[in-house]
Amino acid sequence: MKKSRIIMALAALLPLLLFVFPLWKITLEAPQYPTPLGMYIHINDFSDANPHDIKNINLMNHYVGMKYIPDAIPEFKIFPIGIIITTVIGLIIALKANHKWFLYWFIMMVLVSTAGLIDFYIWEYDYGHDLDPKAIMKFTNPDGSVMGFQPPFFGSKDILNFRAHSYPQLGAYCLALGIALGLISYFMGKKERN
Amino acid sequence: MKKLKYPIVMSLALAFIFIGCGDQRKSSNGALTSNVADRVYVAPGEHDEYYAFISGGFSGQLSVYGLPSGRLFKVIPVFSQDAEKAWGYNEETKPMLNTSHGFVPWDDSHHPDISQTNGELDGRWVFINGNNTPRIAKIDLSVFETTEIIEIPNSAGNHSSAFVTENTEYVVAGTRFSVPVPQRDMPISEYKGNFKGALTFISVNPEDGGMNIKFQLLMPGFDYDLSHPGRGNSHGWFFFSTYNTEEASTLMEVNASQNDKDFIAAVNWKKIEEYVNNGGGTMMPANYAHNVYDEETHTGTSTMKKEVLVVNPSEVPDAVYLLPTPKSPHGCDVDPTGEYIVGSGKLSADLTVHSFTKMLAAIEGKKYDGDAYGIPILKFEDVLAGTVSQPGLGPLHTEFDGKGNAYTTFFISSEVVKWKLGTWEVVDRQPCFYSVGHLMIPGGNSRKPFGKYVVAMNKITKDRYLPTGPEVTQSAQLYDISGEKMELLLDFPTVGEPHYAAGIAADIVKARSKKIFELKNNHHKYGIQSDADVRVERNGKEVHIYMSMIRSHFNPDNIEGIKVGDKVYFHVTNLEQDYDVPHGVSMIGANTSELLIMPGQTETFVWEPKQPGVWPFYCTDFCSALHQEMQGYVRVSPANSNIDLSWSLGE
Ligand SMILES: [Cu+2]
Repeated sequence: MKKSRIIMALAALLPLLLFVFPLWKITLEAPQYPTPLGMYIHINDFSDANPHDIKNINLMNHYVGMKYIPDAIPEFKIFPIGIIITTVIGLIIALKANHKWFLYWFIMMVLVSTAGLIDFYIWEYDYGHDLDPKAIMKFTNPDGSVMGFQPPFFGSKDILNFRAHSYPQLGAYCLALGIALGLISYFMGKKERN
Repeated sequence: MKKLKYPIVMSLALAFIFIGCGDQRKSSNGALTSNVADRVYVAPGEHDEYYAFISGGFSGQLSVYGLPSGRLFKVIPVFSQDAEKAWGYNEETKPMLNTSHGFVPWDDSHHPDISQTNGELDGRWVFINGNNTPRIAKIDLSVFETTEIIEIPNSAGNHSSAFVTENTEYVVAGTRFSVPVPQRDMPISEYKGNFKGALTFISVNPEDGGMNIKFQLLMPGFDYDLSHPGRGNSHGWFFFSTYNTEEASTLMEVNASQNDKDFIAAVNWKKIEEYVNNGGGTMMPANYAHNVYDEETHTGTSTMKKEVLVVNPSEVPDAVYLLPTPKSPHGCDVDPTGEYIVGSGKLSADLTVHSFTKMLAAIEGKKYDGDAYGIPILKFEDVLAGTVSQPGLGPLHTEFDGKGNAYTTFFISSEVVKWKLGTWEVVDRQPCFYSVGHLMIPGGNSRKPFGKYVVAMNKITKDRYLPTGPEVTQSAQLYDISGEKMELLLDFPTVGEPHYAAGIAADIVKARSKKIFELKNNHHKYGIQSDADVRVERNGKEVHIYMSMIRSHFNPDNIEGIKVGDKVYFHVTNLEQDYDVPHGVSMIGANTSELLIMPGQTETFVWEPKQPGVWPFYCTDFCSALHQEMQGYVRVSPANSNIDLSWSLGE
């Protein structure tokens, strides 16, 4: 078997590690939380960084009128199916198809992942901006508009008394590596043919 | 280049010398001694190195301090009601203060001792005695709460306790006052020969610490003052100091101080345990309370026990011996190796130290100096290891640093004296301010003392603090004992009478500390898991409110349909699951106290409204930015009204 096919198969399989490792983590630091509050986002679940963190994030957030972080979101059903399908497609390509298809798979993965990130951003935006009008505390930006509490999409940001961090986790790196290997296998396949 | 080499070497050498000097300065007691304030200063955000559990004496409680800072962290309610924590006021803890004399919401708490495994402190539990209404309590150090109290029958003035054996097999409860056993109406003048002193051995379940009276040894009618377990070779033995071997019952200061020597009673508990396990001893009718607090139901239950196993020492030959000890000994302290038993004769000019090895040899040789009620008395000279000659006046209590030194408090001369085991020479002495009672070295009652500090507990302070009227604070003093000479570092005020203490390295306890109670493990009879369970139910004149609390509201916050003459139970569950976020609740006109409810916990109090009206309740613990808004109302209607029970939140 050609090396490029092995790499392509590996590329297709790596995203499956999303079912093992978390995709993203949001951390909230504040003086009264010596152990910061945190939540992991998995492909099919939210989870506590420490026991009861999400419950305590909800308790804090309700002061400014934010909704409770739901137990489940529709994406938890769609994303896993998406990953399984792209993996199956990737494996079929690895076994049967021309190396050009490796490139198509790579492009598809980039598009799918970008869609996922956009979806994540929209969810975050909504979560941070769709506030209860009866909120206990109301804050405005210097320009007079209502302050939003959207966590950073990527990186760190101050939100009132909290410093929020938002960074990809091992699952996301596996996905990224998988995608990158897709591109590499394309080039390897090209070379092997020449 | 070569030229430069030497100055570098030189400066390195100099640096080493300076570093070396710096280190020396720390441990020496020379003129260069650094500011003592630095050595007790624990910077903001940093933790103390040791926990000190100092009994509250007549406060009936146990207080928790940090060492070396002397900062007070918590007063753990044990035998006395405490409105701060609703201890003895809420329905869950009222059973904990039940006794055969009924509800006794006070005691005199004296001697805490920390549980051990293989002779080393394990930081699981602290045991402490109640003197007045004889009781032993167990405090669980994962939550710093009293979780068990057992009453001691046939006992009075439960003083020579609560000390634990090397693997916490037993905690003992020795009576100070001998009394008729069983209690009966008889002339006090017939004390001699008729009164008995019960030494009670309470077994401790190694899994959960559950206590159970295994047996009581019915000893002659002396006064049993203090006790200590053997360890190492002497593990299996327990030593009790006695006074009033005269068996006097009146004008004790004179009549109980006639004998030149009293005794330290040496009890081979392993032998008695074996005898009892083989069916020995006599079941005797008794009546005593055994109160257990369950962490999952958050509720205490009190059970009355009806019998106790008693053993007469003459039934088990070779199990009990008396070691003559001058004169009215108070402390009877066993060194970390288990070889030396130090008897502090309060009225003696010398300190008497017995040898365990010599004691065994004397027993082997059966060289007795008579007997007391059939218990062999060993010859003083045969068991004596040595004498610390004229070390001070009024020796009370000795602890050990694990480095071959002993430290004894002297009440009358008000000082701590350091002396050497084996050579019996006095090494150092430091004054105490004033009238020192007991002292404590963390791990002192174990095979492995942490010999860095000693805490002396003083009865009188006079000019040491700002005056607070005729009653001035009692006090503890902290000495550094890491050097050859002791050094006074700190005075710190204490709760009640700082009678006795036990200390432990903080890391051992910290690792086991609980942050919250898991709500899902809350099995309180009236607990709720979520707001969906919130309700109010009427049962005749009883009304039960199943209420929740979370930042920053009660659910329900408005209740109507209560009537004058009702007995209203507030069963309140704290739904929080965050560290250090308790809420309180109090009700106007309630005759008990507020409740202070930890995350995941349920507590109950009773309110009997006596007047119609609309009465508020509120959170008593500052819990959040909206703590002040954490409030609600109960509408109380006349007894004959027919308003339906209703409740709401946010309507
Ligand atoms: Cu509150």
